[in-house]
Amino acid sequence: MTMMTIADSDVELNPEGFFVHPEQWTEEMAPELARREGIDPLTDAHWTVIRFMRAEYLEKGTGPTVRVLGKTSGVSIKELYQLFPKGPAKTAAKIAGIPKPRGCI
Amino acid sequence: MLGRKATWSLKSGRLHLGAGWQYAVFLEVMPKKVVILGGGTGGTLTANRLRRSALPGGLDITVVDQDDRHVYQPGLLFVPFGLMNPEDIVKPRSRQLRPGITFRNSDIDHVDVEANEVRLSDGSALAYDVLVVATGAVLVPEETEGLTGPGWMEKMFTFYTPEGARALATALGTFDGGRVVVNVVDMPIKCPVAPIEFCFLADWFFCRRGIRDRVQLTLVTPLDGAFTKPVCNARLSGMLKAKGIELLTEFNTGVVDGVKGELVAYDGRKAPFDLAVVVPLHEGAAYVGRSRGLGDELNFVPTDEHTLQSKVAPNVFVIGDAADVLASKAGSVAHFEGETLVGNIERYLGGEPLEPGFDGHANCFIESGFHKALLVDFNYETEPLPGHFPTRAGLPLLKESRLNHLGKLMFRWLYWHVLLPGRDIPGVGSKMPVAGKKALTSVGSRKDRL
Repeated sequence: MTMMTIADSDVELNPEGFFVHPEQWTEEMAPELARREGIDPLTDAHWTVIRFMRAEYLEKGTGPTVRVLGKTSGVSIKELYQLFPKGPAKTAAKIAGIPKPRGCI
Repeated sequence: MLGRKATWSLKSGRLHLGAGWQYAVFLEVMPKKVVILGGGTGGTLTANRLRRSALPGGLDITVVDQDDRHVYQPGLLFVPFGLMNPEDIVKPRSRQLRPGITFRNSDIDHVDVEANEVRLSDGSALAYDVLVVATGAVLVPEETEGLTGPGWMEKMFTFYTPEGARALATALGTFDGGRVVVNVVDMPIKCPVAPIEFCFLADWFFCRRGIRDRVQLTLVTPLDGAFTKPVCNARLSGMLKAKGIELLTEFNTGVVDGVKGELVAYDGRKAPFDLAVVVPLHEGAAYVGRSRGLGDELNFVPTDEHTLQSKVAPNVFVIGDAADVLASKAGSVAHFEGETLVGNIERYLGGEPLEPGFDGHANCFIESGFHKALLVDFNYETEPLPGHFPTRAGLPLLKESRLNHLGKLMFRWLYWHVLLPGRDIPGVGSKMPVAGKKALTSVGSRKDRL
C-alpha cells in the first residue's frame, strides 16, 4: 500500500493505484487523479462517468465493467474509450476513488 | 392428542392415530409446486435431488426448457480437433430426469415474480411455490460489431455451440498455415479456462499435422493475464510461452472485421487473423430481461452467493450460470451448489432459516494437449494452488499429468451418471478441500479479483 497526498489530503492507494478506502475520496481530488492518468482537463462527460461509477459502487459494492457501463451510463463504449483511452472502467474507477471493478473468473 | 398415541409420517404427510379409534384420520398435505426453468446441468441435478426430498406431501416438480437437447458442454472443446463428435455429446433432457418429474418443452415468455407464476410462450401459466432459475448463460455474438457479418462461420467461428464446433473442425482440418487468434470478447464467459485449453489443443493439433511452424497462435484476452489469479496465471502464462503461443492482454474487442481479417480493440489496437476463434459475449436468458425485477443489466439474476436464494424474492432460487455470483460459470460449480440449493429450498418450504453453505467451490481440468491436463480447485476466498486433490494422495493440482487427462475423459461418464442424477462424487465434497494444498495462507483474497 502507498500513502499519497492528493488535494492536500492523505489517502491510501493499493499497488495498482486504486483507493483502499473509498471514503477518503472527495471531488476535489478528481482533477489531480485524472492528471496522473493523463487526462486533463476533466470535462462534463468525464464527470458523468465518474459520478455514475461512484454511485454504482456505493449501491452495489463494485464499480461496473466497461460493458455494463456502456449499457447503463448513457455513454457508449466507443465514447467511453475516447474519454478514458487507457480503459474506461479501470481509469474512471481510479479517478472516482473506488476499488478495481470486479469481473468474473 | 386426546390421550391416544399419534404418529406423523413425514414421507406420506399423513397423521395416523393409534389403534382403537374407529376411524383413521388422514391429514393430507398438498404437494408444494417447484418450477425449475432450464433443463441443463443445474436444473437437472436440482430436479433429481429434490425428487428425493422427504418434505411432507412431497413436491410437484416441473422442469421447463425450450428444447429437448442436453449438450455435454465440456465436450465442445474436443469437437474442433476431431476428438469427439457433436452427436456423441447430446442426449434428450427429458431422459435425464427421474420418474415423477414433469418436463415441459416450451419457450418461456416471462416470470411474474409478484404473482408467483411463469408465463410460457404458448400462453399457459405455471404457478409455483418455489422457482429455480437454471437457464444459464446464452451467447450474444450479434452484440459485437461485425462478428456475425461477412466471414462468420467461414473464417470466424465459436466452439461454444455444437454447430460452431463442428464447422470449426472442418476449417481446422483444411487450414494450411497463417494467423489463428483465440479471442475472448469480454467476461463473464462459461468455463473461463476453455480458451486457454483451446490454444493448448490447437498447438498439439498443428504439431500433429506437421504445420505448427506455419501457424502463429495468439490468445487475445480482455484480462490483464491469461488467468486472473496470480499463482495459476503465472503457471498458465509460462505454459503458453513454452508452447510458442502469444498472449495479447487488456484487448477489449470492439469490432471483428471478417473482410480485412482483423480484431479491432476499442483503444485502436488491432490483431490480424486468417482464422478467428471467438468466445462471444454472454448474458442471461432473454426471458429474464422480459421479467420485471428478475435480472440485472446483463439478464443475470442477483443472488446471495452463499445461500443461493435470489435477492429478487424469497421463493426464487438460482443455480449455475444464471446467477450473478462471482463464482466461475462452470458445471462443477452448479454441481457443488446443488447440495446447498436443495437444502435451502427444503428449509424455505419448512419455514426454517437458510444456511449459507456454498463457498464458491470450482474444480476444472485444464486440457494441455499431448494427452496431459492440469487440475485447478478454488473457491471465493482461495485461489487455485498447487498440491493434490482432494487429499495429499489425490490428483496433482496446477501441474500437467496424464492422470488429470484421464480424469477429464472420465468426467464425461461421471457427468451423465453421477452429476445429473444428483448424486455426490465419492470422496469429493461440496466444500473446497484444503488437505492436499500448499501455501494456503495469505494469497488469494477476494479483494484481488479483477
